[in-house]
Amino acid sequence: MLQDRTAIAGIGETGFGKLLPTSEERLACEAIMSALDDAGIAPREVDGLCSYTMETTDATEVARNIGAGDITFFSQVGYGGGAGCATVGHAAMAVAAGQARVVVAWRSRKRSARSARIWASAAESVAVNGRWSRPWGLLRPADEIAMLARRYMHEYGATREALAEVALALRAHANRNPRAAMYARPLSREQYLNARWVSEPLCLYDCCLESDGALAAVIVSRERARDCRRPPVYIHAFAQAMPGQIFAMTNYFCDDPLRTPSFVAAKQLWSGEFAPADIKVAQIYDAFSPLILFALEGFGLCGRGEAADFVRGGKLRWDGGAVAVNTSGGSLSEAYVHGFNLITEGVRQMRGTSTSQVDGAQCCLVASAECVPSGALLLRR
Amino acid sequence: MAVRIPSWAAQEEAPFWEGIARAELRVQGCTRCGRLRFPPRPFCPQCNWPDAVWRPMSGRASLWSFVIAHPPLMPPFAEIAPYNVIVAALDEDPRIRMVGNLLAAPGGAINEVKPDQIRIGARLMVVFSAGPGELTLPRWMYE
Ligand SMILES: [Zn+2]
Repeated sequence: MLQDRTAIAGIGETGFGKLLPTSEERLACEAIMSALDDAGIAPREVDGLCSYTMETTDATEVARNIGAGDITFFSQVGYGGGAGCATVGHAAMAVAAGQARVVVAWRSRKRSARSARIWASAAESVAVNGRWSRPWGLLRPADEIAMLARRYMHEYGATREALAEVALALRAHANRNPRAAMYARPLSREQYLNARWVSEPLCLYDCCLESDGALAAVIVSRERARDCRRPPVYIHAFAQAMPGQIFAMTNYFCDDPLRTPSFVAAKQLWSGEFAPADIKVAQIYDAFSPLILFALEGFGLCGRGEAADFVRGGKLRWDGGAVAVNTSGGSLSEAYVHGFNLITEGVRQMRGTSTSQVDGAQCCLVASAECVPSGALLLRR
Repeated sequence: MAVRIPSWAAQEEAPFWEGIARAELRVQGCTRCGRLRFPPRPFCPQCNWPDAVWRPMSGRASLWSFVIAHPPLMPPFAEIAPYNVIVAALDEDPRIRMVGNLLAAPGGAINEVKPDQIRIGARLMVVFSAGPGELTLPRWMYE
């Protein structure tokens, strides 16, 4: 186990927006240099780089642009939004193993352009994951998750009210966060219930934003972190997870389609000093609102099938008294940058600098995408 | 009907599409433990045996889940939205689930059944029909 041997010493981000004029490469380097500055570590000390396989800014480009030193560790993690926590986790393992001393993890993405959206690509990659679903018109990630969400609602008696709780709590957090795309845009239950459908049972507000932006984190040893500019946020536990019979996204073909990766990650995550009952704040990947319900159950924050009851009455809100979820607004209401903004918000919660700070939280769960091979982190102050 | 195997189909999957051409829904069955498996793959997940036979299914199933897809969507689906996509769980082994569409009539369009008439658990029977994209695919009607 990693057990606090490494820490996140710095975080950085660009602004989030639609159709930013800056290139993805420049956004990536800006976020990384901002994270290094946050830590008080010189770019030439960077000797490790880790990002997503879907990242278009190559590690060599980053190294050249930031003026890194000789790089002794570099890696990429697959499965889109499943990769986020694992980029930090791999960095932490490299540092703990002595393969590198200052590792940068990052994600830069310009997604808001119409041409960048998955459903808009003409050369649809039916050949990979979609061959048993796309020919019938199950085209978009929203459709793939809507199918699981409908089944979930049927099996456990959940309704759209539970999804609305998720969307409204996250929007309320965004309304307190000036960096969030939806900062000035409150959302009412009526607006939610009257929104246009995307893929029934999911409506517009169940689906993430389309954003441009970049974020980064700097991972170093516990000892080094204590000499940095900011208080260390320790990586207490890290897990990667894929159920053995998983089908990424179209997970209808395995025995138990609602047993998502978080059920697998939970075993490793809770093998340290913390238990689900210790979690007062969590940042959970939310490309679609039902993913949060799945993860609450998978990580054991409530029982299987109980998430709809668990979230009722504003329980996900920062001051809701249960588990504050996605306190910066998350992918639904802050920005959709493949979930890396959940990692930086987890760090802010542990530093005590969130715009929706949860009092007394000793640790923060951060979870990457459900329904694809994924990962999770347990951060502690 | 000529055998039409999609260009993207893997070698392992050809017998499935040959079955479709004969209006027969077939699924791989392990020759050692008998377990059915779908989508097609080279090894049985239960006993790790590589050999399988393609077994004809009865074409009876129950409706496991469904969505109604609304725009924005790609052609050729954009023009007919909103339409349904379902998952059918086969009677022979409800763990064998297939994505499909619910039709009002054989050869009907995938946007004809009213959303409020689609319900999980409903009894289904397979039909084979072309649709958007021109590929002949297994789809479903109420029994
Ligand atoms: Zn077998």
